Amino acid sequence: MTRFLAIASTELAILRRNRWLVMVTLIMVLFALALTFAGSAPTGTLGVDMLTVSVASMTTLSVYLAPLLALMISFDAIAGEAERGSLGLLLSYPAGRGEILMGKFAAHLSALGFAMAIGFGSAGAVAAWFGGAGAESLVALGRLIGTSMLLGAAFLVLGYLLSALAKSVTAAAGMAAGLWLVFVVLYDLGLLGAVVFDAGGTFTQKVFPWVMVANPADAFRLWNIAASESVALTSGMTGAAQALPAWAAPLSLMIWPVIGFAAARFVFRRVEP
Amino acid sequence: MTEPTLTIEKASKDRGKLRVLSDVDLTVAAGERVALLGHNGAGKSTLIKTVLGLTPLSGGAIRVGGAQPGSAAARRATAFLPESVSFHPALTGREQLTLFARLDGAAADVAGLLDRVGLSEAMDRRIGTYSKGMRQRLGLAQVLLGRPVVALLDEPTSGLDPVSRQDLYAIIDELAAQGTAVLIASHALTEVEARTDRIAILRQGIKVADDTLANLSQAAGLPIRLRVRASGDADALAQQTGGRRINGASVEILCSPAQKMDALRRIAAMGDAVADVDMTPPRLEDLYRHYAKETVQ
Ligand SMILES: Nc1ncnc2c1ncn2[C@@H]1O[C@H](COP(=O)(O)OP(=O)(O)OP(=O)(O)O)[C@@H](O)[C@H]1O
Ligand SMILES: [Mg+2]
Repeated sequence: MTRFLAIASTELAILRRNRWLVMVTLIMVLFALALTFAGSAPTGTLGVDMLTVSVASMTTLSVYLAPLLALMISFDAIAGEAERGSLGLLLSYPAGRGEILMGKFAAHLSALGFAMAIGFGSAGAVAAWFGGAGAESLVALGRLIGTSMLLGAAFLVLGYLLSALAKSVTAAAGMAAGLWLVFVVLYDLGLLGAVVFDAGGTFTQKVFPWVMVANPADAFRLWNIAASESVALTSGMTGAAQALPAWAAPLSLMIWPVIGFAAARFVFRRVEP
Repeated sequence: MTEPTLTIEKASKDRGKLRVLSDVDLTVAAGERVALLGHNGAGKSTLIKTVLGLTPLSGGAIRVGGAQPGSAAARRATAFLPESVSFHPALTGREQLTLFARLDGAAADVAGLLDRVGLSEAMDRRIGTYSKGMRQRLGLAQVLLGRPVVALLDEPTSGLDPVSRQDLYAIIDELAAQGTAVLIASHALTEVEARTDRIAILRQGIKVADDTLANLSQAAGLPIRLRVRASGDADALAQQTGGRRINGASVEILCSPAQKMDALRRIAAMGDAVADVDMTPPRLEDLYRHYAKETVQ
């Protein structure tokens, strides 16, 4: 336990020292505030409070930003140590590889969580102050922060997996960029193409929602939309959410970090410093 | 009868088609300092990594204080100084050593250790600002954590200035005095010659020598070098002694340890014809060349 804490506190010190934490928190706050004010115009027409609109726009933002920020911290986790030559020394200490990975994960996830809570939270507070907030929209905000952390967790562990697979930091960075592109952009484009090609056939009705929810980024979107009618209303994306049972998106989003961690640990075990 | 602290038996390591280590036997007892020599790529670092359990053996067995390499017990018992060590540049020396102390699990006087290796001034500065030698010292400080049973030092003096090297060997002596078995991979022959108890030489993954310096010299039968300076005609002196003239005034005579006294007596008998005599026994460098270059029979 002390070993896990030692790794985690050292990683947090590094994130604080190289200003990563400050920069990311600032980015989150700025984006969230900008979206909140930009999205405040249609409030009246839809008949929902400003915070609801804000949460809907921030959900879209988080789909891109949470995986990106998570991969940015995690791609270096193992490849960086290996390239510096400090991995061999670290592994000669009694801490197990799973313990090392878990310590890094705890530190990275709490840093991400901090940035998200401050960013989304401050935007939410501003929206509530200017445009009012109901109980439902507050719950939606809390859900947004929680699910963003889960999404971040999924991409953190995927980043560790790449970092253990890569032979160098540069390769790990390239693989992380590719992974982000595939999960966040190309996956949806591919699905869209398939749906258009299928023209409303069995694929669109039976298979498509499941393929979609298998991607953590889409599961994140579906969960936030399905859970809140008014968020769904403002995002105009309800079809897929209705075709799936309520547990599908939460299950997908919660299982990704677990499977990803197990895979990263499995590959890390094989890494020879 | 006590078992040696570090036992390596018939250790072999294949990397693809390349046999990096083949049937290496080596033991290091508690308090012993053993030097591990060999050309670049001879397999020194690989041997150390197998002892640490960082890379699996293809054959043979290793015991570290009775435990399997890489087991929790073995990792607690060993200290390691990697070749060209490096740390996260954003951390301070104190933070880095504190991390290692907490990973080690034993209570440690972090500031005291940093002071011991001469980093008391720099301990609260970022490692990114350290010189190579300072990083090396930080690496040495973590070796001293928690009284290791076995210490594996891979080229510990690389990047250190002459005074720091002396300090380093003083620290190694301290480790040995407290009962740590120390294995030092090195290219610095003159230092190793004076500061270790035993010398093992690897050539292309094969152990070709493993003994004390004196025994190795004897077994190799390397000649003692006598250099005689003539007061008059050096050529005549060369003829009389059967030596070889090496410059205008000096003659070099090679003789075996058994013939040494005889040769000296003959030189002394020549009286005024000889101005000076220098005697050099074979050094580790000669031995190293003899063992590391010799072709396998
Ligand atoms: N990760 C690796 N993959 C493949 N081959 C390797 C690897 N590490 C070492 N080798 C090979 O194993 C051999 C021994 O290397 P090693 O690093 O043990 O040499 P060394 O004796 O420490 O040399 P040096 O004095 O240069 O440090 C070399 O031929 C090297 O190419
Ligand atoms: Mg080496």
